[in-house]
Amino acid sequence: MNYLEHQGRYKGIAGWIFSTDHKRIGVLYMIGILTFFSVGVLIGVVMRLKMFWPGDHLYSAQAYNAFFTVHGVIQIFLFIIPGIPAIFGNFFLPLQIGAKDVAFPRLNLLSWWFYVAGAVIALLALFTGNGPPDTGWSFYVPYSLRTNTNVTLAVFAAFILGFSSILTGLNFITTIHRLRAPGMMWFRMPLFVWSLYATAWIQILATPILGITLLLVMAERILNLGLFDPSRGGDPLLYQHLFWIYSHPAVYIMILPAMGVVTEVIPAFCRKNIYGYKAIAFSSLAIAFIGYLVWGHHMFTSGMSETARMLFSLLTFLVAIPSGIKVFNWVATMYKGSIKLEPPMVFALTFIALFAIGGLTGLINGALATNVNIHETYWVVGHFHYTMFGGTGVGFFAALLYWWPKMTGRMYNKRAVYTGWALFFVGFNMLYLTMMIMGWLGMPRRYYNYLPQYHTYHVVATIGSWFLATGIFTILGALLIALKRGPKADANPWGAATLEWRTASPPPHDNFAEIPTVTHGPYHYEGGHPA
Amino acid sequence: MSDAAVHEYHPDVKGSKIGMWLFLFTELLLFGGMFLLYSVYRAKNTGDFHYASLNLDLVTGAINTVILLTSSLTMVLAIGMLERRDRKRSLYFILITIALGLVFLVNKYFEWSHKIHHGIYPGSVELTGRTSGENLFYALYFLMTGLHGLHVIAGLVVLGFMAKMVATPSRQSVPVTALTPDARAGATTVLVEYAEHDALDQQKLIRLENAGLYWHLVDVIWIFLFPLFYLIS
Repeated sequence: MNYLEHQGRYKGIAGWIFSTDHKRIGVLYMIGILTFFSVGVLIGVVMRLKMFWPGDHLYSAQAYNAFFTVHGVIQIFLFIIPGIPAIFGNFFLPLQIGAKDVAFPRLNLLSWWFYVAGAVIALLALFTGNGPPDTGWSFYVPYSLRTNTNVTLAVFAAFILGFSSILTGLNFITTIHRLRAPGMMWFRMPLFVWSLYATAWIQILATPILGITLLLVMAERILNLGLFDPSRGGDPLLYQHLFWIYSHPAVYIMILPAMGVVTEVIPAFCRKNIYGYKAIAFSSLAIAFIGYLVWGHHMFTSGMSETARMLFSLLTFLVAIPSGIKVFNWVATMYKGSIKLEPPMVFALTFIALFAIGGLTGLINGALATNVNIHETYWVVGHFHYTMFGGTGVGFFAALLYWWPKMTGRMYNKRAVYTGWALFFVGFNMLYLTMMIMGWLGMPRRYYNYLPQYHTYHVVATIGSWFLATGIFTILGALLIALKRGPKADANPWGAATLEWRTASPPPHDNFAEIPTVTHGPYHYEGGHPA
Repeated sequence: MSDAAVHEYHPDVKGSKIGMWLFLFTELLLFGGMFLLYSVYRAKNTGDFHYASLNLDLVTGAINTVILLTSSLTMVLAIGMLERRDRKRSLYFILITIALGLVFLVNKYFEWSHKIHHGIYPGSVELTGRTSGENLFYALYFLMTGLHGLHVIAGLVVLGFMAKMVATPSRQSVPVTALTPDARAGATTVLVEYAEHDALDQQKLIRLENAGLYWHLVDVIWIFLFPLFYLIS
C-alpha cells in the first residue's frame, strides 16, 4: 500500500494536514508553494502589462508599488526559499539516504503549519489595514517605518515563515547526521543531499538574523524605539547590513538545492557517474561559507568604507568560483555520456545556460566601478531573475518533472511539457534579457513610468512575459492532467541509480520494504543501467 | 518484527541533542543581531552609554543575576535526580527553578515600572530631551531585556510541561496505535511493556536535559546582558 492510500490515525483531509509522514508533508508544501508561485507569476504579468505603454493608466502608481512588493514577498518567502527543500527535500531526503522519515517528524509537521500560518498572515496583510505594503520586498528603513501601509503584518508573516525555514534546516541536518542507511557513508550520499546539507546550515545560521531584523522593524513601528532613526541617533545603514546578512545568504538557500537537483538529473540522463563528486560536494559547502560573507555588495552605493567595499567585492568574486566548479563538472559529466533529452534533462540544461548568464552578469554587479552604473536599474532585476528564476525556478521545474512520476505514480504528457518549455525559454529571454539591456541603458527599477526611448524594450519584455506565463501554466496543466489521466509510472521510469528509484512509485508508507544496505556511490552505472 | 517495534521506542539520544544545540545556535544568532547594534551604537556613543548606565539599578540587576545562576544549578540538580530515577526530588528542583524564574520576572517588572514611572521609555517626553546616545541605550535596554524576558517566560512554560511530565509515572499508557500490526500480534506483552517503560524513562530524561539546555541559554544571555547594561558605568 503506497503513502497516498495508507490509512493513518486520521481520515480524509485530517489524514494529510496532521500527518507526520515526510512524503505527505512534501506534497502539502507542494500544493501551497505551487499556488503561491502561480499567484506571484500572475502579479508579475499584471506589472508587465502596465509597462506595455508609458504613461498613467491601468492602475495607480501606489498599486504598482504594492504589486512589486507583493510579487517579491510571495516569490521570495513563499515560493523560492521553501520551494525545493520543503517539497523535494522533505519527500526525497529520507528516500535518498535510505531512511524511514526525517529525524523529527512532528517538528516537520510544525514547520508546515508555520508555513501555512505565515502564508495566511501574508494574505491578511494584503487585504486588511491601509492596503498592501509598498516598500519593496526588502522593507528598507526609514520608508518602511513611515509608510501607513500594512508593513507590520507583512513583516510578521515573513518572521513566521523564517521559523518554518529554520526548523526544516535543523531537521535536515539532524536527519543527515543520524539516519543514513547502513553503508551510506558521507561520500556515498547523493549530491542533492549534500546540497540540502549546505542549505540547511545557511538556513540555521542566517535566518535568525532575518528574524531579529524583522522583529526590529515591528518593534520600531509599534514601540517607536528609534534605533534606525537618524534624528534620534539611529543609523538606517545598520538595517541594511542586518537585512543583507540574511538576505544574501538566502539567495544561496534558494540556488544550492536547485544545483543539487541538476546534479541528480544530469547523471541520470547521461547514464554515467557524476564527474568530480567530491568537488561538487565541497563546492556546496564553499558556497554556503563564502556566501555568508558577501552581503556588503548590496550596499556598494549606500555608504561604506573603501576597504570594506573592496573586501566585499573580492569575496563576491571568490564565491563565483565554486559555482563555476559545479558548471564545469556538469558539462564534464555529459562528455561521452549517453544523453537522453527527457523533460527533466532539458530543464537541467536550461539551468546551466540561464544560470551561466545570471552568474556572469553577477560579476559585473560585483565589480565596484560598474556597480555604480547599474545599481537600481533593470539590469539588476534582469540579473536577479536569470539567477533566481532561470536558475532556481528552472531547477525547481527540473525537480518537479524528474520526481513527479515517483511522487504521484503517474507519467505526464511529455509533448505538452516540451511545448511549455519552448514557450518558457523564448518568453524568459525576451523578458529578462531585454530588462538587462534596458537597465544598461539607464532604465531605473521600480519606476511606474518611463521615457519614450525605452518603449520598444518594454513592449518586447511584456510580450515575453505572456510567453513565459503561458509556458509555465502549460507545464503545470500537463502535470495536473497527469494526476487523473497519466499512464502509470513504474518504479524507475528514467533508469536512475539513486535509492528513491529502488522503491515503488508512489513509495510505500515506510519507504522501503526493508532498509537498503549501500555498497557503492550514488550514480553507479554499468553498461548504461543502474547497478 | 517485534524488535522493529522496540526499535521505534528507542529515542535517538544523540539526534535530539543535535537538534537542540542547533536550535540554541539560532537563538544565539537572534540575540547576535541585537548585540551587533549594541556594539556599534556603544562605540559611537561611549560617554552617553556609560552615563545612562549609571541610572540602572545595580542591586536589582545583581540580585537577578544571582537568581538566574542559582536556577541553573537547580535545573542541573533536577536532571541529576531524574537520572537516578528519583522523580520526587527531580520534581522539587524543577519547581524551585520555576519559582526562581518567576522571582526574576517580578524583579524585572518592578525595575521596568520604576523606569517607566520616571518617564523613561522609548519615545517618552523625558527621553526626547536627552542625548541621542541615552535614547539608544534605553531603546536597546528595553528591547534586549524585554526579548530576554520573553525567553524567560517561554522557558517557564517549557519547565511547566517538564514538571507535569516528571510528576506523571512512566508506565501510564501503551500507545498500541504506534506499533506496527505485526508487532502488536507478534511481540509478547512483557517485551513491549518493558521496552516501553525503559524507553519512556529515557525519553523523559532527554526532554528534561533539552529543557535544561534551553534554560541555561536564557541564563547565559543574561550573563552577557548584565555587564553590558549595568556594569559599564
